[in-house]
Amino acid sequence: MLSEQFQELNVADFFYKNKDLVGFDSPHKATYMIVRELVENSLDACDGHRILPDVRVTLSRVEGEGGQERYHIKIVDNGIGVPLEAVPYAFGKVLFGSKYSMRQNRGTFGLGGKMSMLYGQITANSRVTITTSQGGNKIYTFELSTDIRTNTPIIYRRDEADNKSHFRGVKIEFDFEGDYGKARDKIIEYFYETAMILPYAQLTFIDPNGTLLFYPRITEKMPNPPVETQPHPHGVDLELLKRMMAANPHTSLQVFLSKNFQRVGERTAKAFLKSNGFDPHMEVSQLSTRQLTKLVTALREYPDFLPPDPSCLSPIGEELLREGIKRLLSPEHVVVTTRPARAYEGNPFIVEVGIAYGGAIMPPDKPGKVQLYRFANKIPLLYDEYSDVSMAVIQSINWNQYKVKLDEAPIAFITHICSTKVPYKTAGKEYVAARPEVEKEIDLAIKQAARELRVQLSRMEKAEYRERRTEVLRKYLSMMASFSTFLAEKTKEPDIDSLLREGGVKKRRKGAVQLVDDPPEDEFKEKGKA
Amino acid sequence: MERNTDRSEFARKALKDLGISIYNQMEEGRFPEVMIPSRQTNNIYYDPKLEQYVLGDKRVVRSADNVKHVKPLAQLLWVARIGKELIDYDRVSTLRDLFYMSKNIDINFATQQESDEAVYDLEALLSMPRESFNIFPHDRGAIFGDLTVRYRVKGFKDSLINLTDNPDGVNIGPALDNAELVKTTADKVIAIEKGAIFIQMIREKVHEKFNAILIDTTGQASRSARLLIRRLNEELGLPVYILTDCDVWGAHISMVIISGSVNSAHITGLNTPSAKWLGFWPTDINRYKVPTMKMKELDWKRLAELKADPRYKEKFWKEQLDAFERLGLKAELEAFSSKNKSVSQTFLVETYIPEKLKELGAI
Ligand SMILES: Nc1ncnc2c1ncn2[C@@H]1O[C@H](COP(=O)(O)OP(=O)(O)O)[C@@H](O)[C@H]1O
Ligand SMILES: [Mg+2]
Repeated sequence: MLSEQFQELNVADFFYKNKDLVGFDSPHKATYMIVRELVENSLDACDGHRILPDVRVTLSRVEGEGGQERYHIKIVDNGIGVPLEAVPYAFGKVLFGSKYSMRQNRGTFGLGGKMSMLYGQITANSRVTITTSQGGNKIYTFELSTDIRTNTPIIYRRDEADNKSHFRGVKIEFDFEGDYGKARDKIIEYFYETAMILPYAQLTFIDPNGTLLFYPRITEKMPNPPVETQPHPHGVDLELLKRMMAANPHTSLQVFLSKNFQRVGERTAKAFLKSNGFDPHMEVSQLSTRQLTKLVTALREYPDFLPPDPSCLSPIGEELLREGIKRLLSPEHVVVTTRPARAYEGNPFIVEVGIAYGGAIMPPDKPGKVQLYRFANKIPLLYDEYSDVSMAVIQSINWNQYKVKLDEAPIAFITHICSTKVPYKTAGKEYVAARPEVEKEIDLAIKQAARELRVQLSRMEKAEYRERRTEVLRKYLSMMASFSTFLAEKTKEPDIDSLLREGGVKKRRKGAVQLVDDPPEDEFKEKGKA
Repeated sequence: MERNTDRSEFARKALKDLGISIYNQMEEGRFPEVMIPSRQTNNIYYDPKLEQYVLGDKRVVRSADNVKHVKPLAQLLWVARIGKELIDYDRVSTLRDLFYMSKNIDINFATQQESDEAVYDLEALLSMPRESFNIFPHDRGAIFGDLTVRYRVKGFKDSLINLTDNPDGVNIGPALDNAELVKTTADKVIAIEKGAIFIQMIREKVHEKFNAILIDTTGQASRSARLLIRRLNEELGLPVYILTDCDVWGAHISMVIISGSVNSAHITGLNTPSAKWLGFWPTDINRYKVPTMKMKELDWKRLAELKADPRYKEKFWKEQLDAFERLGLKAELEAFSSKNKSVSQTFLVETYIPEKLKELGAI
């Protein structure tokens, strides 16, 4: 767990030295991470505030002093922008951010964007140029960097101008050393999958080779943005509790709990405190360290709190998920499921899955391979897919039950987990750990979708069968028409078209259809008896 | 019933009726269907009155409404169509030939087995042997004796033929099968299992000595031969006697002529219930003291099968099977040669056959 004490130990320095922890461990990985972190900040600034995102990224090569290749990145979004006073901190102070609250966001720690700029600062000695407006009359431009030693922003330039073009959003530019050649596939995959999960976003990427990647918006519908909520008692930790108490030192325990936590009213607070041996009227500042630790444990384990409020989550929803999948995978069948909200350790989460089948989807090129698109809080996860909980769940399901041959079927899976705290296995946000609660929901969601897929597939089989049936009937009925005309010694063939048209409608006459005359079998029988 | 009716005429009419039935159903906007007596073993019964195996009342509906049925139904009608053509143009065909003919048209018989099935279905549906619509097995068997016939085959219609004209006998084939049986002086038919013995008997003038028409069945009698034997019995009133080796196989050759075969249970009119097994019976072995052989494993197996067959429940047949079982011996007709006085005077013709005919009250 990251905490304030890092600040004292020089947070910026620490993160730079441990950049592999957050995914910046090689020039090409850093290239990918920079694009990704900036795009995610932009998207948070848009759909988190009911704005249809329009994000444009340009990556170009610049002249450097030899050695590693040097790039210039420019990103422009139409988000809410950054208030003037916050600009230096938002972009020049590690662990400063607006997203500490209890709601679903892409970023969380005030880290990603800054790491990107810090990386540029260290590798290319580059300052960051930021232009922003919140849509008012003024537009501001900053040139800044981070003082790594003190973790404070250094401002080199600060301009203010009339916002003639009514710009709202943020534009960021800086240089860094990277390796686009190796990062290219992942970055393109990143945009591709982002377009899948965000059909309401418009994404533009111009790469260093001048190649344009453009995903227009295909729908104006957006999921509801997450609502800020108080923490759930099951999700507290010591640091959080201390911080919250520091802000309200003189309230009683009962009032403190009911005012600061979701799902805790005065009555619940009282019952909880009594059953754990606390005095409801005790002032929070009076708690000893031991009592504090005991309180944290009790809060996390008390079984009678209602489950966390999911309004702080923003799932994509079945309709948009379906749109996104259809658009990029062009399958013949799409089934989607959004599960109800659940919680693990006080963190609410929702699992959404989609299964796409047939159409443009290719069967796996080798057995054991599974086409899986993973998302967490609307971010595509591109690394370590075979370590991910979703993969484990898919591989554990008996697919015969759903009439699917996993090794041969043209099938793709899409899983999306949204949570105030996605249980990532690493700080690099690459794959989701197998928490039993999460695992169970993914399992249920995939099975639910698979059942529907099975229904659709058999429905299609039936339609195909009907078509084949008509074909077969036509072939043999026309033969029968000709043969019977010949046998009956007639000239005009009976009409089979109406028969085929009205086909299944007409009920067959019950019982035997007698031949016109009895066949002369008696001739033989009679004599046999004689 | 009228004698000597042209079977082709019956078949032509039946095929036309089938065509009209299908035609009308389609005209009325219905999916055509037919009801075919089931040829499944669970629908095959031994009819003691008819003394043959017959199909029971189970019927299968073949409806064009059912994708699984529409192809076999079209195949059945194709066979019917070919049958009509064969009759119309006075041509014959075989099961094998029919299968190859089907390759001309997209009727999709996967194997000959399948085209054979279509033929059997048509036989069952029309209750007629396929010979009626000119589909014949490869010819097997011959006939010799004073019988005058008039062929119905185009180009041969006017001539009367006497079946003593050819010293090797006349092949039993489609033309003869449907020929008009005009007249005979014979008063019995002797069917013989073996061609060599048949020729030998012609040379020894058995037909004259015993006033008989001789038939060579070459082993298990073909359907043509059985049909002809039945016609001789039915239309000319000649009693039929069957001469075979003394083994379980010979016994069964007789039985099939008398009671028909399981395979032909869907057709009546191929068997001759009044025919008699003349010999060589196992109960004759001790009487005639001819060289014998021990029954082999296959013989024992076949014996067990025959003992379980309802056709052998009758006292006479039971006795014969019991005799095989008791003796464990078998013998060939040729074994009688061990007692010949000379090449021209065989024990079989001079002694065995007349004694046996007398025993059965034939002379
Ligand atoms: N494009 C943007 N538009 C508006 N605000 C932004 C943008 N990029 C970053 N910010 C602000 O800067 C803060 C720090 O960003 P970042 O270092 O990436 O941390 P995080 O995303 O984890 O909060 C964010 O919390 C947000 O308030
Ligand atoms: Mg961020």
